[in-house]
Amino acid sequence: MTTELFIVQVLNGIQYGLLLFLIASGLTLVLGVMGILNLAHGSMYMVGAYLMWYFVTVTGSFTVSAALSVTIVLSLGILIERVLIQRFYNRNHLDQVLLTIGMIFVFNSLQSILFGNDPYGVSVPDALDGGIPLTNNSTYPVYRIFVAVICVGIAGLLYFVIGRTRLGMMIRAGESNREMVEALGVNIKSLYTIVFAFGVMLAAIAGIIASPVSSIVPGMGESVLITCFVVVVIGGMGSIKGAFIAALLVGLISTFFSILMPSMANMIIYIFMILVLLIKPQGLFAK
Amino acid sequence: MSKCATYFAALALGFFLSLSSSIAFASSVIKIGVMQPLTGVYAGPGQSGLNGLLLALKEYETNAHQNEIDLIILDTEAKPARAPELATSLLEQNKVDFVVGPAHSGVAMGMINVLREKDTVMIIPNAGAAAATGPLCSPNIFRTSFSSWQPSYPMGKVALQKGYRDVYLISWNYGMGRESLEAFEESFKAGGGNVVKKVLLPFPSTNFQPHISDIAAQDPDAVFVFFAGGGATKFVKDYDASGLRGNIPLLGSGFLTEGTLEAQGEAAEGVITTLHYAEQLEVQKNLEFREAFHNEYGHYPDIYAVQGYDAGQAIIITLNELKGDVSDKRAVIDVMEKLTIDSPRGAFTFSRAHNPVQNIYLREVIDGANVVTGIAAEALEDPARGCKL
Repeated sequence: MTTELFIVQVLNGIQYGLLLFLIASGLTLVLGVMGILNLAHGSMYMVGAYLMWYFVTVTGSFTVSAALSVTIVLSLGILIERVLIQRFYNRNHLDQVLLTIGMIFVFNSLQSILFGNDPYGVSVPDALDGGIPLTNNSTYPVYRIFVAVICVGIAGLLYFVIGRTRLGMMIRAGESNREMVEALGVNIKSLYTIVFAFGVMLAAIAGIIASPVSSIVPGMGESVLITCFVVVVIGGMGSIKGAFIAALLVGLISTFFSILMPSMANMIIYIFMILVLLIKPQGLFAK
Repeated sequence: MSKCATYFAALALGFFLSLSSSIAFASSVIKIGVMQPLTGVYAGPGQSGLNGLLLALKEYETNAHQNEIDLIILDTEAKPARAPELATSLLEQNKVDFVVGPAHSGVAMGMINVLREKDTVMIIPNAGAAAATGPLCSPNIFRTSFSSWQPSYPMGKVALQKGYRDVYLISWNYGMGRESLEAFEESFKAGGGNVVKKVLLPFPSTNFQPHISDIAAQDPDAVFVFFAGGGATKFVKDYDASGLRGNIPLLGSGFLTEGTLEAQGEAAEGVITTLHYAEQLEVQKNLEFREAFHNEYGHYPDIYAVQGYDAGQAIIITLNELKGDVSDKRAVIDVMEKLTIDSPRGAFTFSRAHNPVQNIYLREVIDGANVVTGIAAEALEDPARGCKL
């Protein structure tokens, strides 16, 4: 492998990792703060992508569609939390798994009924179309750089909100002692609604910004869900920083193994996860 | 949970269909079991194949010898593990005369294990696994689609004719992917071509970017791929986004641009593929079929619909010839072996292994459509390696 190709592959790996982070961050937030195991998280990624496709075909505008999709998913998140998830805070994880698996089936059927089963694509917005010359015969798509910038931006925002703001402080406090925070007069119910809706929105944003570079197909949610669980487990449940590092590691490892040993590419991240768990059973940055 | 729902849906669907098709005065009931994926990733091709089949049955319904046609539709969910169970229930409980299905090759293998050497005739309307009309061929198994070898084999010669000597191959590491690349290699290497690199990704991975960077670095004369559905959409878009379109020609088995062109958009322009069908094919039967399908379902058919339609045609013509008497299964098979099916893809016959002997068309994506630019191979017969029929 030439140095040039090596650098390109590092870029590819980081790019892939950043997108994984965006999906995994919502998952780890909901799991870490609220103790809710949300298997339907991948479905929100799918919902984001399908809504995006739908609105782009109707309105033709990328920005308007993205704004509409985010709003809808945010409302959907609030609705799901208020109607369903709220009843499951004191139940065990198995009950939560049953509920959220059920939600996967519901969302998949809705997708099939509303949008059909053909693969769809969203085109890259004109302003971000094109590429930066990379080697003599290939370019690096501007849109992928845009995706990376958005992902890093959201990572920074998350870090700031959780670490530096009053809201973040309450979230962290709620995580370590729910009753005490409640006793101090914080409305924990609304706080949890916000966290859940926000987590769901992160998955949907990933689906929205990935829509021009991925194919929008039935089952797209489940395929990212598993990889994101691997990221969350490696990073340590509930740790945003852990999810960030783990996502980049998983991105880089799967990119390089995909080239060097294509047949191992799917397996390697699980092997990596096992190795991490052998050394640090709680994940890299467990609390 | 999903199982229950599926059975219920299948039952309900079967009920309505049997209602609609039992208008004729029944002298005897012809039972057709359908196994197609109606949910999950393969739901698109599955539903399409089913629609094609229903259209064929409907067209012929009026003269089907006053036989009632009873359809039993089961959803395979494209899960190979469930295939033997579903096929057994059609065979043992429903005692069907024909089984039509499936779309997915893994499911086909599971079904063949159960149905092989049985009396019930199995007609495969899509799954291209070589083994079905190769080592596992059987007198009662027919296929109205293709063998994995057929669409890809002619492309090797096409590539050489276009002057591409060094070609990069990439696909998924599963039956259809491996067999497609091997078929291409067979004719390509025989003509003196050189395979730069052959990559088999785990199915259904769509993280193509690292490989596209690798293709750019290797700089071959052309790239040959097998991808289908969502993966095909993504590969073509990634290939274009990296600036390779126009620099390195992209060749593929026709499934690369089947049902995916709209999603691929501009990125698919100029992609060259070989397949046994093209929507714009100028065959009278194709024009008629497309209109009939459009009238019935409100959209135009794809290749899966054509293959399902031909499975229906094969059944109906056989019923006509036997005056509706399917009690002698040997006679049914004898009739089917000699059929010439007037397909929208052009007429075809069955080979000794019961796979279609058909033209493979050379197509190029121009203005968002697969335009036929020639015939890559005329009346191509699968070699049916390992078949003792």
